[in-house]
Amino acid sequence: MTGIGQSWFDDAAGPLVRPYAVTRGRTMGAGHDLDMLTLVVTVSPAPRLQHIETEYAEIVQLCSIAQSVAEVSAHLNLPLAVTKILVGDLIAEGMLNFRAPASSDSYNDIAGIGALNILQAVLDGIRKL
Amino acid sequence: MHDNASSADLAASVKILVAGGFGVGKTTMVASVSEIAPLRTEETITELSTGIDDLSGVEGKTTTTVALDFGRITLDESLVLYLFGTPGQDRFWFLWDELVRGALGAIVLADTRRLENSFAAIDFFERRGVSFAVAVNCFDSAQAYTTDEVREALDLDTETPIVLCDARDRDSCKSVLITLVEHLIAQVSTAVA
Repeated sequence: MTGIGQSWFDDAAGPLVRPYAVTRGRTMGAGHDLDMLTLVVTVSPAPRLQHIETEYAEIVQLCSIAQSVAEVSAHLNLPLAVTKILVGDLIAEGMLNFRAPASSDSYNDIAGIGALNILQAVLDGIRKL
Repeated sequence: MHDNASSADLAASVKILVAGGFGVGKTTMVASVSEIAPLRTEETITELSTGIDDLSGVEGKTTTTVALDFGRITLDESLVLYLFGTPGQDRFWFLWDELVRGALGAIVLADTRRLENSFAAIDFFERRGVSFAVAVNCFDSAQAYTTDEVREALDLDTETPIVLCDARDRDSCKSVLITLVEHLIAQVSTAVA
């Protein structure tokens, strides 16, 4: 049974609402160019939410701590493509700040200098763990 | 559209893939080094179906749901590393372009009792030009082999690093990651010079 405030998710059956119902049937949205590793964080103070669907409110709440679109997808039990549309909506409305992964811009530069810097930072970080 | 005006206080993200055959310990490895309990996300992959499976009226396409287990390592305030492992037996993640796009590199986890299960991942990364290191997960019941023997069995070139590891052990997994990233740095340095 699903009570008020509980998500429509059953452990055995999965989501009890078809995933794309949340996006009102859209399979493409402002989020279609988001990467699963794009990091998003809720703008502070957050503007008034324009949606009644609980998923939007959940994302805004979840992203008070910066995280990737993949993490949002996992926490909400929604497929990545659906999550990207919802996150894209919130970005378009100024609710979320976002940053694309390092790999999709600076990593692929021709000189390889950006790549070296990133790899060195990764190496230093892993050694310190 | 890569980021917006106020993104300066957000960290940049990078990813490393953990691939290999079924049951070889990919999610175990991700869990050993991740700062969070591994999360699972899924994506629907569409592929053009060919040959006898093609059903008329469905536009020649089939869709498959592919799941991924992933973990996170915050390296410093400006950089977050995500580790993606492909759970289960399916090979459909090979069709997932976004997974490979922008990956720094990959770890192919191998089990010496079933080395052939890592061929598909090795082939894939070689074809896609993704640099990788091979980590042999040393299961208790498996006969010990040297890295040279594994290299020969997998037909790997001399540059690809091979290390022995224990996917359950955090320090062991850390040293696999270090080996991979040092290899990536060596490759980029050669390319720049």
